[in-house]
Amino acid sequence: MAVYAHSSPTAAEMMPPPVRRTPLREVFFGDLFSACLSVAAIGLLWSLLPALNWATLDAVWVTDDPGECRAGGACWAFIADKLRFILFGIYPPEEQWRPLLVIGLILGMTLISLPPKAWSTKLLAGWIAAIAAMLALMWGGFAGMSFVPTGKWGGLPVTLLLALLSLSLAFPLAVVLALGRRSNRVVPRLLSVLSIEIVRGLPLVGLLFVASIMLPLLLPQSWTIDKLGRTLAALTIFAAAYLAEVIRGGLQGVPQGQGEAAEALGIPRWKIVWHIILPQAIQKVIPPLTNTAIVMVKNTSLVLIVGVFDMLSAGRSAATDPEWPAPFAESYIFVGAIYFLICFGISLYSRWLEEGIHSREYK
Amino acid sequence: MMHAPQTATTGSAIRIEGVDKWFASFHALKAVDLDVAAGERIVVCGPSGSGKSTLIRCINRLESHQQGRIVVNGVELNESLKNIDAVRRDVGMVFQHFNLFPHLTVLENCALPQILSRVTPRRDAEEKAMTLLERVRIPEQAQKYPGQLSGGQQQRVAIARALCMNPRVMLFDEPTSALDPEMVKEVLEVMVSLAEEGMTMIVVTHEMGFAKEAADRVVFMDQGRVVEIAEPRVFFDSPKHERTRHFLNQIIH
Repeated sequence: MAVYAHSSPTAAEMMPPPVRRTPLREVFFGDLFSACLSVAAIGLLWSLLPALNWATLDAVWVTDDPGECRAGGACWAFIADKLRFILFGIYPPEEQWRPLLVIGLILGMTLISLPPKAWSTKLLAGWIAAIAAMLALMWGGFAGMSFVPTGKWGGLPVTLLLALLSLSLAFPLAVVLALGRRSNRVVPRLLSVLSIEIVRGLPLVGLLFVASIMLPLLLPQSWTIDKLGRTLAALTIFAAAYLAEVIRGGLQGVPQGQGEAAEALGIPRWKIVWHIILPQAIQKVIPPLTNTAIVMVKNTSLVLIVGVFDMLSAGRSAATDPEWPAPFAESYIFVGAIYFLICFGISLYSRWLEEGIHSREYK
Repeated sequence: MMHAPQTATTGSAIRIEGVDKWFASFHALKAVDLDVAAGERIVVCGPSGSGKSTLIRCINRLESHQQGRIVVNGVELNESLKNIDAVRRDVGMVFQHFNLFPHLTVLENCALPQILSRVTPRRDAEEKAMTLLERVRIPEQAQKYPGQLSGGQQQRVAIARALCMNPRVMLFDEPTSALDPEMVKEVLEVMVSLAEEGMTMIVVTHEMGFAKEAADRVVFMDQGRVVEIAEPRVFFDSPKHERTRHFLNQIIH
């Protein structure tokens, strides 16, 4: 037996598996179903040709004169002219290096946090320091930087900060809610179920209205909580309810034997949850977690309803400038492209994470 | 009920007295008595559903008994969390399905529990882990994840992980039942060497070869009761009870 296993393989044993190449014509028109789909797709592309023409050949790319923009062609020159307004809103123009630096900080921190190997308490502390620095930069009022109230914040930094803060504040809350919902004790379970179900049962727009309009009426006059802060609170609660259910799904997927083995080894209960159960639960639900994260990034755009000046609001109000011929489509396409880049980035990242997990669980 | 030859009346590692256990209305353990001396090797066998797994899971309080007393190394198991911690510190367990932590490497599986429950410095914990991985003869797998190992290898890691905690008693819950036949031997060899070193062991298993080779006494359980306790030679050659004979006939062809 052993001799057989160690003998060098013959040429026939070293043969690679046969590869069959399917001709392209067969791929697209091989059977009736693919043929129908291919024809439909070609038809759709054909119908989009005018739009493509509008966006490229007929478009005005560079001009200083808004009058040159004409019907039938996109006015990209408008985006170039209004770029700073869309990205930073009504933040004082001479101070806009500050929000730009904030965007840079977010990008930089995100990049160094990507590989799971980098995750540590040090990194967490780094994030907390970075977020404090970002808020300080936005506010200013020290070291010669003028004070800028949150009412003047706007554009991409507001969108990014709302998404980042609401998700990162919601996550620990969601873990607590998910654990509470699976608890054997009645009170934590009841509280978790109630909060999750109530928040999930309300539309986000409703929550935002409650936070921005009703909360100040209900609270004593002396309590003034910033509008941006209240909006952030609403987004956080909303995200927490959804994330809690996703995490609960993951917790259910961890076999009972894991907790038992850890208990038998004498590991204290909360350390079992933190080191043994939660990491496995979260690994199991990366796709739905990604989904919730992407939805929440886009949900931040709803804050325009309560008058918070995020990127979408900025794009919309830029297009109302009477000097330009109402280039709403261009503005929305540009803002949409930025959202797409962020969300697609999250999606690619989650796929990469999952591949890493599969590669070590292969059997 | 049969009274076994008592090896030790004083200094017993585990004393189980009149223990009853119910799952809802199912009476899983019925007035179970068992005394295990320090250094003794006990094999527990019996048909499925006889309560043998439940019995050893009561010894480290993965299940709680509702009547009777269980005393492990002088500490009684009751509602006191301090007592439960004290018992678990001394009792290691190996499971049928290994229950290794799949998100940690083999080395981390052995090192992390030491760090979490004893606040051991990481370097010491990893050193100890490597020593025990060498002892179960798989140090070369230390950087792999459990999912990349065979069942036999995983079970040996699980034994090493339990031994890292310096237990005075080891419980084995059907350690070879989930293994492919060709991997049973490598796990039994590790268990036999452990027995030879004088570890107190309670092993729930159907491996009668192991019972003959390593056990001091064999316990036969049926329907939640201890039916017969005897030395292996007596147990296999002249079992006293009809149910024991019937069981042995079924598993030894």
